[in-house]
Amino acid sequence: MATTPLLDNPNRPLTENPKGFSVKSDSAHWAVLYGVSGLFALICVVFLISIVVSSIPAWRHSGLSLIYGRVWNQGANTFGALPIIVGTLATTAIALFFAIPIGVGSALAIVHVLPHRLRILFSSLVELLAAVPSVVYGLWGLLVLAPWFESTVEPGLASITGHKFPFQSPPEGVSLLLAGCVLFIMILPIIAALSRDAIAVVPREQFEGALSLGATKWQVLRKVVLPGARIGIVGAVTLGTARALGETVAVAMVIGLNPLFPRSLFSTAATLASTIALQFQDASPLQVASLGALAVILMALTAIVNWFGRRLVAASAYSAGVL
Amino acid sequence: MKAGVIEGAPPDPMIERRELVQRVARQTLARRVRISRGIVALCGLALVLGLIPLFAILYSLISKGFRWLSVDFFTQTPQFPSLVDPNAIGGISNAIIGSLVIDGIAALFAIPIGLVAGLFLAESNSRFAGLLRKTAEIMTGLPSILLGIFAYQILVIGFNEWGIKLPGIGFSAVAGSFAIGILMIPIIMKAAESALRRVPAPVREAGLALGARRGVIARKVVIPTALPGLITAVLLALSRAVGETAPILWVIGASTVVNWNPKKQMASMPLQIFQSATSPYVSLRDETWGIALFLVFVVLVLNLGSRLFAGWLQRERR
Amino acid sequence: MVDPTTTVTVSTGSSGQDTDPRTGPLSMRIKDAAVAFNGRTAIRDVTFDVPKNAVTALIGPSGSGKTTLLRAINRLHDLTKGAVVSGSIRLGDVDVYTGGIPPTLLRTRVGMVFQRPNPFPTMSIYDNVVSGLRFNGIRKKAVLEEAAESALIAAALWDSVANRLKAHASTLSGGEQQRLCIARALAVEPEVLLMDEPTSSLDPISMRLIEELLGELKSRVTIVIVTHNMQQAARVSDLCAFFLMGNDRAGEQIEVAPTKKLFSEPDDQRTLDYIQGRFG
Repeated sequence: MATTPLLDNPNRPLTENPKGFSVKSDSAHWAVLYGVSGLFALICVVFLISIVVSSIPAWRHSGLSLIYGRVWNQGANTFGALPIIVGTLATTAIALFFAIPIGVGSALAIVHVLPHRLRILFSSLVELLAAVPSVVYGLWGLLVLAPWFESTVEPGLASITGHKFPFQSPPEGVSLLLAGCVLFIMILPIIAALSRDAIAVVPREQFEGALSLGATKWQVLRKVVLPGARIGIVGAVTLGTARALGETVAVAMVIGLNPLFPRSLFSTAATLASTIALQFQDASPLQVASLGALAVILMALTAIVNWFGRRLVAASAYSAGVL
Repeated sequence: MKAGVIEGAPPDPMIERRELVQRVARQTLARRVRISRGIVALCGLALVLGLIPLFAILYSLISKGFRWLSVDFFTQTPQFPSLVDPNAIGGISNAIIGSLVIDGIAALFAIPIGLVAGLFLAESNSRFAGLLRKTAEIMTGLPSILLGIFAYQILVIGFNEWGIKLPGIGFSAVAGSFAIGILMIPIIMKAAESALRRVPAPVREAGLALGARRGVIARKVVIPTALPGLITAVLLALSRAVGETAPILWVIGASTVVNWNPKKQMASMPLQIFQSATSPYVSLRDETWGIALFLVFVVLVLNLGSRLFAGWLQRERR
Repeated sequence: MVDPTTTVTVSTGSSGQDTDPRTGPLSMRIKDAAVAFNGRTAIRDVTFDVPKNAVTALIGPSGSGKTTLLRAINRLHDLTKGAVVSGSIRLGDVDVYTGGIPPTLLRTRVGMVFQRPNPFPTMSIYDNVVSGLRFNGIRKKAVLEEAAESALIAAALWDSVANRLKAHASTLSGGEQQRLCIARALAVEPEVLLMDEPTSSLDPISMRLIEELLGELKSRVTIVIVTHNMQQAARVSDLCAFFLMGNDRAGEQIEVAPTKKLFSEPDDQRTLDYIQGRFG
């Protein structure tokens, strides 16, 4: 620690900077902090700009047909990403369709149904799911789930619904549905863990207050706990959605990478992230630019989801009386 | 005033209401309780359903992958399955070493940068800090494949535009480390900032009151106090990095031999899984389970280990 | 905590007569009640009668188990693993635990107001007040509105909030929020209202307001109030039960008597010590 020469010389004016008590070394500290952070910020900015810039030739070539065009054919230099965008949205929608009820339900169970001692155990198990690398999910999805889907699940669904849309294609295993299911498993821990945090924070007094009025457990959960946790749950779902939109490797392994318009849940399809990943090699310059454009579209989609999530959180905060 | 019916007096609205409430409550009770029990049971079911995939995956990993874990597996390099013996495919030592090199180099620059940037975020409230935080958030939300493309464009093929000339290194481990490092930095930053902010204000202020410079305070007081949280942050980022495939997909090339030179092409465990899973050779496909089991093991050790270690350190200090 | 030189005045909050309120109709009878958590007794040997339409105060230093006893009455301990309530607590003729009343229904007859105001933050003032009615299946607007008005008037809150019933409950001050909670509990028209130190987190003015309320409320409901504030007990209650933590760290009942008597000529020396501020 710095010694204060003031002690040696009591006549020294207090306003003068005693030697060793220098602002200089403080600025060394800040120089390092700003320097390093600035460097990283610079790298990020360069990164983001390079993605956008690399896509410019594609926009120049295809214009907005990149977004509404239905044909993606690098041989013919036609790049319409609509089927790919649809594939992305569809797989994410399937994932959310399962992940939201099961995630929030699990969270409620962990906080309000499980005995206290088991809470940590089950929470850890749920979080363990999040630690598994995407490529392992892809492996399992491809080698274990896909055959099962092809032989049992998809024919089963088809016969139940009488081969009507969206179950009418011949089952192939690797499909939109499978990708959606794998995504569901991958975003489940995010939604469950964050919802659990939000639900656990609702004060016990409110729970008891509602109970003391003669409410049943579910009535309390529905009218007091869930509304109280609304903000956190919306945040959880937003994060899960963003993750689902951007998941690359696992989806690439189970979706079949077919940039054609998916005709049913059983057809192979493509998503933005997986297309970028798998077409990058051996891509012509224009194709590279178009893949960059896909990245820009993906970034825009993610930004929209995040913006939407923030709006919902603000609305929830208002109706919770916090704002 | 007594609660009761007095002959000839007008009905007390309060008593009437009380009777109404009791009547309706009793009538609706059975249904309400039934619904409550049903839905609460459904929540429990949701939890069970949610954990089934975890156990299914672990089961597959162990039942299919365990038999691959042999000494040969860890020490030999892969061999092309021959027609004579399609099961003689060697091991994955190249991938293991590859992962070690790539993630090691990435950690080497990502950890210091991430920690320092995290310290910055914890200590500064300037606009720049806010922007940096936002940027880190955006970065963690992006698909990691984009980082791979970035590394490809900057390091693999080199940059030759706008007057800036960067020679390309070609497919190499370093390019992969670059991508993974950038992936790790925001993760470490965010977690480090939380850990540092959790150091109670009195601890920091005590240093200031004693006349210490900020840098000294940071090094000697704040960081040691936040150490468990910082170590957790680093280990979590590492466990994430070890499993990442997309950023290194097109950037590290391939190698079937053990290679310690980061400037050359290299193999990596997650990449190996990705490639072998779609291989036409059954033995290679089967082998992927072994690689996956080992990879998950490493990730879990890092993940759980970080938490246990942080907990142990916390307890040791009390 | 208490200046031993002040004498505690028993004001007209308690029933002006010197008669024992227990000679009138009774709301509840408690006999040999005890509560234990995981084998460790928290309070034991509780026996007293709760008179109807009167205020019964449970007093004693902290740790004497008063709140534990209170929460046993509306079966809140059902939520706690390892909690065991023994003895008999009767509401009217029926034992609260063994008499076959579903806990949900019981809680419509025995309401509770908590130590810190806990209005539901996501609901408006109106929705808060009628929440109990809605939980129990009452939907008709006319009934709800009538009940809300009656309850808010009884809680002395109607005038402040009548024109902003749709506002969030969190816009009210602490004292108003607590009165909102009282109104919410009253809307269900319970027979008994349990109050767990309802004014301990409030400012003195709000505290006085609520104390005055109690005098009027008792004609509507029987009140059992836990308070660590002796003067408050003396001001508002008709009957007082005094508890102490025994040597086994379990609370035990020391003395139950009409307030006037307990504060002037208690039977037990320990009660006298407590009243005179020698401890607690």
